[in-house]
Amino acid sequence: MEHVSYQTDLQKDSNIMRIEKYAAHTKTVDKFMTGVFYGVGGFFILLLLVLAGYIVIKGMVGFYPELLSFTNDGIGNQFFNTVYLVVLSLLISVPLGMAAGVYMAEYAKEGKVLRFLRVSIESLSSLPSIVVGLFGYLVFILMIGAKWNLMAGALAVSVLSLPLITTTTEDAIRSLPPGYKHGSIAVGATHWQSIWWVLLPTAMPRIITGIILAAGRGFGEAAALLYTAGQSTNLNWNNWKLTSPTCPLNPFRPGETLALHIWGMRTEGSLNPHATEIASFSSALLVLMVLCFSLLARFLSRKLEKRNSGTD
Amino acid sequence: MKKLNWKDLSKEYFWRGLVTFCGLLIIILTLAISLFLIVKGTGTFVKYHHSVLEFLFSSDWDPMDSASEYGGKVGAAVYICGSLITCGLALLIAMPFSLAAAVFMTEISPRIGTKLIQPAVEIFVGIPSVVYGWIGLTILVPFIRNVFHAQMGGFSVLAAGIVLAIMIFPTITTVSADAIRSVPEMYRIAAYGMGSTRWQVIHAIVLPAARTGIYTGVILGLSRAFGEALAVAMVIGKTRAFPKNILSPTNNLTSAIASDMGNTASGGEYNLALWTMALFLFLISMLFILLIHVVARKKQEKETA
Repeated sequence: MEHVSYQTDLQKDSNIMRIEKYAAHTKTVDKFMTGVFYGVGGFFILLLLVLAGYIVIKGMVGFYPELLSFTNDGIGNQFFNTVYLVVLSLLISVPLGMAAGVYMAEYAKEGKVLRFLRVSIESLSSLPSIVVGLFGYLVFILMIGAKWNLMAGALAVSVLSLPLITTTTEDAIRSLPPGYKHGSIAVGATHWQSIWWVLLPTAMPRIITGIILAAGRGFGEAAALLYTAGQSTNLNWNNWKLTSPTCPLNPFRPGETLALHIWGMRTEGSLNPHATEIASFSSALLVLMVLCFSLLARFLSRKLEKRNSGTD
Repeated sequence: MKKLNWKDLSKEYFWRGLVTFCGLLIIILTLAISLFLIVKGTGTFVKYHHSVLEFLFSSDWDPMDSASEYGGKVGAAVYICGSLITCGLALLIAMPFSLAAAVFMTEISPRIGTKLIQPAVEIFVGIPSVVYGWIGLTILVPFIRNVFHAQMGGFSVLAAGIVLAIMIFPTITTVSADAIRSVPEMYRIAAYGMGSTRWQVIHAIVLPAARTGIYTGVILGLSRAFGEALAVAMVIGKTRAFPKNILSPTNNLTSAIASDMGNTASGGEYNLALWTMALFLFLISMLFILLIHVVARKKQEKETA
């Protein structure tokens, strides 16, 4: 009521009228934009659900039992290659990246070298993966005179995951409370002993989260492997002579991964009659793997948050 | 006090040396990659005497594929143009959505933002690019063929643009959201105090204040789009012609490298022309890094001024 009387009192004042009209207008615009934002937010979640659902369902619909076999109709070999390649690449990039991260966090002095190192890491992480693949092709295949092999692929993937592991390690160590190091040095440990026994173990959960993310990225990498790991695979699961080109565990044999397999199956004229089913199932498998890894990383980092807030 | 322990000390120096070496190795690796790319990539100009202008602006592409013969044409303008157009289109599509999503998860509903959108964005990032390409090939390409009756059966700039847009929107969203979050709360309080509505606060105060961070996100997204190879190669149609409209197929740098590199004679004119493309990609990604630094420095100057 009060509002109405206020209005009648000033009804002749057109300025107030205009302001009120403006206020009403801005309120409508505000409501409208809020609606738009909610719409976009909802759209994204819907898009993800539809996409993920489509990939997984399409992969499962075309399922036939031989898909799991280790033959040309199945993707067992490719799956094994993918896991093996990621493990190999982690064996290279984890020690290297962690060591470099420790150097950056603990030993390097602020100055030209550290600045240059940061620029290098930034450049490495922004390199298109196909360019890294070409570098790998040139150095690990052409210059060595080798054929496509898993090891070359693993090295190329290592180049891609090195920046991530290095920066995660550096951040993880830098974010530790300084008391940890001071305490350790105060009881007589050397710098390295403090790093090895105190800093690295406490920073480990965060580093592992980074490694999991790097591994997840490795699973889906394709462009860097095109000309390094090769686009064929021929395994004999009864052959365990490490030097034989058909031995599954030989790292110096060609090894097509799941992601590359999808690339290879894309053309309609692909020789395999089940090309579509194979590619769809591989996609589903890859997406599920990535999903698991991202959930694992989230779970770990949440657990870490809890632990840190509990003890600090 | 404990006597100096030589074993501990030598261990200290050993490990210190080792991690320093690993740090330097990264520098060496980066330098090696740049060096190899430059040596290989300039071969077109040094060994086969083509001009840089020809490579950049001519659309005559007919390099000789043999180790000894040369004298073909290495104009890569179609590929460069294809890369630029697809990236531009992707940005045009992704930009409004990403910004809206970033605003939604920071200003409108932080609860839904952190609980639902953040994880969703992380999953989007994790989906491998070939899978995006495969979805583009199985959903998008037939869709465009049926709806727009495109001439090349749906393989088109539009398909590539949409696939790239989906791939770069998480990057732009995350970086923009961070930028928006770092806008001081005071700005908002002051604006609300003067009677602004939320939308007014967002578009007149928060977004302009977060501008530099948003630029960084856009550049990062662009650099991801520019370097993406297989997903684009699957849907772009690989036709060596300038696109007439967004429904016509074309080709881009990464697709050309991915599909042709393995079939060319090493060291030949064709081979080296592809390496020049790789060098071009490398230079573009360096340019993007430089841009990010320029933007960051501008921001710092503004804040200290």
